[in-house]
Amino acid sequence: MLTLTCPYCGIAADETELSPGGQAHLTRFGPGASEEDFESYLFMRENPKGVHIERWRHSNGCGKWFHAARCTATLEVFGTYSAQTTEPPEELRKIISEKRPGWSWGASS
Amino acid sequence: MSEAVTALNGATYDGYVRVEDAGLCGMISLRGDLADAKVKKACKDVSGQGMPKPRMIAGGLDGGIGWMSPDEALVLVPYAEAPAAAARMEMALKSVHALVVEVSDARAVFTLRGEKVREVLAKVTPADIGALPVGELRRTRVAQVAGAIWLSDETTAHLICFRSVATYMFEVLSRSAMPGSEVR
Repeated sequence: MLTLTCPYCGIAADETELSPGGQAHLTRFGPGASEEDFESYLFMRENPKGVHIERWRHSNGCGKWFHAARCTATLEVFGTYSAQTTEPPEELRKIISEKRPGWSWGASS
Repeated sequence: MSEAVTALNGATYDGYVRVEDAGLCGMISLRGDLADAKVKKACKDVSGQGMPKPRMIAGGLDGGIGWMSPDEALVLVPYAEAPAAAARMEMALKSVHALVVEVSDARAVFTLRGEKVREVLAKVTPADIGALPVGELRRTRVAQVAGAIWLSDETTAHLICFRSVATYMFEVLSRSAMPGSEVR
């Protein structure tokens, strides 16, 4: 079972207390964007076997959105961090690089 | 005015833990900066309690404050006082970026009593109830719905959920407390 620690309330929340929010750190392309950008914003997602950086919501708890980095192959959780950021914190990236050299995640790797 | 009743109208269940409808409870939901002096004062004026630390609850059902999230608190007051208390808080927080709403009739409250309250709750929630300190308000999932649980002492637990799921919650808790279903 996936257990993520909510950075807002500090509770180690079980997967069933959370709601998944998909890929983190997307750049939004809205009205006025090119069709290619809009298509990639809507449909194109990272899906490597390994490191994923995702959004989660502590829906059966404090209700806050946050970010989590985990490995989809082993379910290892590298860490969670605040939603008020556009990229993973340097410290967390270092931890991931140590454990999974050569990992990448969209534009933020 | 019509007579206010709870969703379960005082239902009780005597299992190996007693499950009770806690009756009408006054609840005021507050969103804002919980560290703001005016917010703290407004909450204290109506509940008589200081702002609790994150995840904790100060006081109890007849006067208390529960920490719900970094920007949300649930103020507990006697039911009859809730509308006036909410109005007083709103006046006091006019100049602050905050939201005050009386939610007494939107919630259902349960009290569980017995030696094994922790066990009865642990069976229906993923939260680590065995390690939950007395006085910590744990918002979690109870079977299929959201609920907030706290222990006021080792043998008394309180649970708040949405009124719309009150019947479901009562049945889940009653089933969990059914004699013969003790965890061996």
